[in-house]
Amino acid sequence: MATLFEGFTLCGLVQTSSASDSAIQGIELDGDSDHAVVTDSTRAVTLYKVSDQKPLGSWTVKQGQLLTCPAVFNFQTKEYVVVSDNKVIRVWKEEDLNLDKAFKATVSADVWRVHSAPGGELVVLFQRGAVRLLDSLLSAPQQPIEGILSEKEVIRWSTNIVAEKQHFVLFTTEQRGEHFLYVQRLNPNTLQKYRLEREDSGASPLSFSASLRDKHINLLYLYPNGCVYQSVVAVRGPVGLEGVQALPRSLRLRLPVGEGELGAASAVALDEAHVAVVGMPHPSARTGKDFLCIWNTNFQTLQAGKEMVGRIRGQVWCYLGKLFVPHGKALSVIPYECQKSSLASALGKLRHPGIAVSKSSVAIPSWNTLLHGDQPQGPTKIVDTRKSKLRRKSQSAPALTVDQVLELIKTGPVEEVRREVEALVSRGDAQDLQLSVGRLACQLVARSQVETAFYAPGALARLVQTQCLCHSMCPDLLLLALEHKDYFLCQLCLQLFPDIPEVVTCACLKTFIGVPDGDVEMVSLEPDSVSFMEGLVAAGARGGQQNGFSPPLFEDSCDPHHQPKPPQHQDKKNPTLQLEVCPVGLHKAVLLNEVLQTPYSDNLLVPHLKDLNAPQVILFLQYLQFIYLKYSQDVYTQTPVLRSPTMTQIIDWVCLLLDAHFTVLVMAPDAKGLLSNLQSFVKSQVKLFSELGKIEGSLQELHKMKPSKDISQYSIEVIELF
Amino acid sequence: MGEFKVHRVRFFDYMPTAIRAMAFNAHTERLALARMDGSVEIFNFTDHYFQEKVIPGKDSRSIESLCWVGGRLFSAGLNGEIAEYDLENLRPKYSLEAYGGPIWTIISNTQGTQLAIGCEDGTVKLFEVLEEHIQFERNLDRQKGRIISLSWHPSGTHIAAGMMDMIRVFDVPTGHAVQRLLVDRGFGGSKSRETVVWSVAFLSDHTVVSGDSAGKVQVWDGHTGTLVKTHLVTKWDVLALSVSKDESSVVAGTSEGTVIQFQFIAPTLHQQQDKEWVRTRTFKNHTHDVRALAEIETAIVSGGMDTHLVVRPLLEKFDENIEMAGFDPVLLLFFPQRNLVSCAKKAGLLLFQFPGQLELWRLGDSDEHGKPGDRLPLKRKPEKLLLLKRKGEDHICCSALSSCGGWLAYSTVSSVLYTLHTSSASPRTPPRCLLPPANHQSSLLLLPSLSASMCTPSSPSQVSGSSNMSPQLGCSSLENHRFLLQPIHLMTTSGDGKWLAAANSDCEIHVYNLQKLKLHCIVPVYGSCPSAMGIHPTTNNMTVVHADQQLFEYSIVEKQYTDWSRKLQKQGLHNVWLDRDTPVTHVTFNSKNPNQVVLHDMHMFCIIDQSLPLPDQKTQFYNQMTLRSLSEQERPSHLHAFKICKTFQDLLCVSLLDDQSLVVVERPLLAITSQLPAPVRQKKFAT
Repeated sequence: MATLFEGFTLCGLVQTSSASDSAIQGIELDGDSDHAVVTDSTRAVTLYKVSDQKPLGSWTVKQGQLLTCPAVFNFQTKEYVVVSDNKVIRVWKEEDLNLDKAFKATVSADVWRVHSAPGGELVVLFQRGAVRLLDSLLSAPQQPIEGILSEKEVIRWSTNIVAEKQHFVLFTTEQRGEHFLYVQRLNPNTLQKYRLEREDSGASPLSFSASLRDKHINLLYLYPNGCVYQSVVAVRGPVGLEGVQALPRSLRLRLPVGEGELGAASAVALDEAHVAVVGMPHPSARTGKDFLCIWNTNFQTLQAGKEMVGRIRGQVWCYLGKLFVPHGKALSVIPYECQKSSLASALGKLRHPGIAVSKSSVAIPSWNTLLHGDQPQGPTKIVDTRKSKLRRKSQSAPALTVDQVLELIKTGPVEEVRREVEALVSRGDAQDLQLSVGRLACQLVARSQVETAFYAPGALARLVQTQCLCHSMCPDLLLLALEHKDYFLCQLCLQLFPDIPEVVTCACLKTFIGVPDGDVEMVSLEPDSVSFMEGLVAAGARGGQQNGFSPPLFEDSCDPHHQPKPPQHQDKKNPTLQLEVCPVGLHKAVLLNEVLQTPYSDNLLVPHLKDLNAPQVILFLQYLQFIYLKYSQDVYTQTPVLRSPTMTQIIDWVCLLLDAHFTVLVMAPDAKGLLSNLQSFVKSQVKLFSELGKIEGSLQELHKMKPSKDISQYSIEVIELF
Repeated sequence: MGEFKVHRVRFFDYMPTAIRAMAFNAHTERLALARMDGSVEIFNFTDHYFQEKVIPGKDSRSIESLCWVGGRLFSAGLNGEIAEYDLENLRPKYSLEAYGGPIWTIISNTQGTQLAIGCEDGTVKLFEVLEEHIQFERNLDRQKGRIISLSWHPSGTHIAAGMMDMIRVFDVPTGHAVQRLLVDRGFGGSKSRETVVWSVAFLSDHTVVSGDSAGKVQVWDGHTGTLVKTHLVTKWDVLALSVSKDESSVVAGTSEGTVIQFQFIAPTLHQQQDKEWVRTRTFKNHTHDVRALAEIETAIVSGGMDTHLVVRPLLEKFDENIEMAGFDPVLLLFFPQRNLVSCAKKAGLLLFQFPGQLELWRLGDSDEHGKPGDRLPLKRKPEKLLLLKRKGEDHICCSALSSCGGWLAYSTVSSVLYTLHTSSASPRTPPRCLLPPANHQSSLLLLPSLSASMCTPSSPSQVSGSSNMSPQLGCSSLENHRFLLQPIHLMTTSGDGKWLAAANSDCEIHVYNLQKLKLHCIVPVYGSCPSAMGIHPTTNNMTVVHADQQLFEYSIVEKQYTDWSRKLQKQGLHNVWLDRDTPVTHVTFNSKNPNQVVLHDMHMFCIIDQSLPLPDQKTQFYNQMTLRSLSEQERPSHLHAFKICKTFQDLLCVSLLDDQSLVVVERPLLAITSQLPAPVRQKKFAT
């Protein structure tokens, strides 16, 4: 998971005259990790101490002069370098107060950028594509500079990378709508030119970001339609290949762009799995494109998002765990953290192991299929194709394409929409079922949200059942289902979505607890889970003990001669304990079970759990206690086939509820019995674990035992006698 | 000496059967031992507990109890028959139906004139012991409930009988029951179960000692029928009792595998007259039921479900010394002291003898070479070539395999002898009976290396040889001029087929010339039974190892001990060698190096190199580890003739094949133990 921490403002920005121009030319690192060299768009270079948010020094050029390149720091000589008026290179040290008195050299051609990297020399990139080392340039400033780029070819972006003592300068150019990548190796100097694939819309890339990984340079670029592509250039690439090569790209991410296209947006790779994007809409926010988001490209999940107040200029820099984003009237620094993402953390905690395996076989490879265009090979897929063949035979009318269905959804009646969606989904052979399903679902939800009368439960359920949908693809679906009291769809979503946010889980829980039993009992739910619950309740109705076992809960630990008492006795002794009757209705219990099995991470869940009110908490706890007792009584032998909450999940939820509502529960008089029972839960668990701990000692002895040499029935050995 | 490739064989699933009954003959110092499969073994306690004779079992025979009358051995079993054994021909002499249902016990009076048996139908039957037979005499008063155990008063006038929930004392002359001793039932849940009095002992002062299924050892006054003392010794059953000869000590064996000693001593030093039975010591050498016990003067002998015989010396005076020396005096006898494995040295075949079948295996093979300690990858796995099931009820008593692997023979007590030509072309030829089922009853078979003839000691005084150059079958017997009483238990031939040596339980070794079919010579009789012998293939010197671990080499041609043997006797064997507790069971030779003799017992094998100096008492005897650590130059000065390897344990056979690789057949005791039924559950600490 990635996290965006609370940011702070490093400095205010001057409003520039033109709306498109940014107030900041560039941010570069200093020798000190806490320093940042900010070059504004006009005349000033300011050195900031980031953690203190205060400037350490500022240098400006004279009125009339203009800084045309961000100031960079020379890590070898501890000097700053900046270019003014395209041709004048200025070099100064931190002690120098006046930039005018600093070293100046005028070169013969226009400079595009001066690039610096730790461990590498400064490199000057000229606007016509030539590259010089700064030192050699300064020794002969007026040396002729050749032009590499053709007429009308302009540099759009450049960077430099030091890899394995090899210095690279990368720059992209645009020429009549075509984009090229130049890779200039220094010492020996070679230049390789690649052509970027054209985006269908013909749009230009909004931003580039290059990073070095595994001896490859990864170039990440964002298009206005929300596609983030990645291209890989080998460090030890084919040298000496003449001409322009096509640069293969792969789609890493398709960002939801909302209406229209992205205007000023920028993507920067944080690590191999995470991309920070600024200037895009947040999927769950309705409007505005002023968000900074971190996406996981492996799972295509949104990991963190932050709204940036004010106009975003599509600029973002990332240095040492901090993102520098100019927005509105300020330059914000936002620290972030990207934990190594694993499937488990991406999908959340407490996935039912059996389910996780069966589902993941379908859901997880689909990322790859989406990205690399492979044919999906999940078992569901095969079933669907078989079905679709049958269907194709029976259907004479040609099926509609995805776009046609999308059009239909905008206007068509519920029944027709359901039919067409079903046909489309069961046809299944669409290249990217995953994408189309997501689009269909979003469209359906969007219409439902606009038209309150329109709600297509059948179509939505069908879409969810494809298992190609997840919550982040269509974030409003589950809430919509809740709104329409479509509990069947809710159950499906809870079962099949791997990424339901905790807030939504909580909302579901709250609704489920609050709904009157009568309302739910009429709803048809997934039969397996209902039959599981029926079995559990029926086992309770049979009641009594099996094999003379009574749950340790009831046993008074102080009384070693405790005899099993008849149930009536227990009734009198502690009436609240007699939980033979399920505290909630059958279907309600089924829904609650689904909530129990939803993945979550407890840090995020507890705050939302506080939304529940005291009676709801008590009722839920009673229910949890009921199933805990059922499980521990062992009356009901769990069928592994059925999807059912595990003991651990139950205990975890009890803990979470207690964490969230402890004070409330302590104060509430009707929770007293419940709490004391829960305490005995804990006691019995503690007892169990202490017993296990005792066994551990004995088992460890087994490890210490000398491993006996495995001697088989027959062997030929060699011995030596003296 | 060099490297050896060792075929480590563990696939011989030999499983000894549980010990059911035991009888010690104090006069001859022989212990008779009966196993569950009906076999009877005789151990000579004067000769290092050597297993002298084995009478093979039979499917229908079950032995519940054994009894010596003088030198004669009787048994009775649940098949309702009494049997007497022919200890010369090693087979039952006759058996007699007692007509009382299953027999639980058989005893004799001290005079040796009468036998008494306890039957399922509640009768105690008396038999008169005649010269060649026994004769039913009468029944004592019939009781309700079975008679489980009996004990005769030394005077012969009374018999105590252990039954269900009670003990009866009979007056023998009248046959009436004179006392009725009621035995309490166990506590708790076992209250509803009848108590079985598994064992009684009637002492000369009319004290009756009983052991029962409620875990009690009780002492009764036989005159008054009153209970004197109860010792609750176990939660389970007390299965066996045995009284020492002087009646000062009683041992009791329990289901827990413990043996508990009670002694008749004064509890305080001042009142030496007031003696009582006090529980003194507990021995735990068994994991399972102790079914049979014998207290002899110097030791307690016990056996039971866990199949091994334990001789626990009662060295009361030396206890302290022994403990200080860290020496475990307990002798455990696990394996039969004769060969169950025959090895075809030329062909690399092994023949395993089970009571009910024979298995012929071909050893595996490996091309690789390795360092000492390596395990070589197998090119070919061992292969079971043949499984030969015996016919009839009698268990196989001996088997042999010729060294070329072409001939195989086995025999049972009922004297049918099968041989089989196991040619490599069709190793599954059905067995052919090459010897007519004549009077040959053999306890020993030998197929000499040339596969030309087969030798079998058919009766105590006879060795018959059959040269079976198939299909013609010549049969000849070697008549012995001397009158022999004891059966031959060992036989060996020379490599050239000229000489045959046969040893009997009287420690005599006769050497025959097979070409002339005449007795060649008699080896000077040594005081201990030969446990293994072999004739050297090239020098025709015979190496004999005795039960007391002595080692001789006798030149058959010169009819005298060899110089090496004399030198060895003069110097004396090393004490470490003499202190070993299992006899050498096999002697083989290295065909390539005439100086080398290979011997093995259960715990080690030894290659004797006669060219090296003999160890004296100061030499380190087990010196392999030391030699390993020495450099090449230092080694020769530390070498001695006995090269002992203890890497392999629980050995049933060690043989040197003609290709100079060793075959080691191991039967790990752990594997035997793991096949035993579960012992009674005992609460152990931390379980």
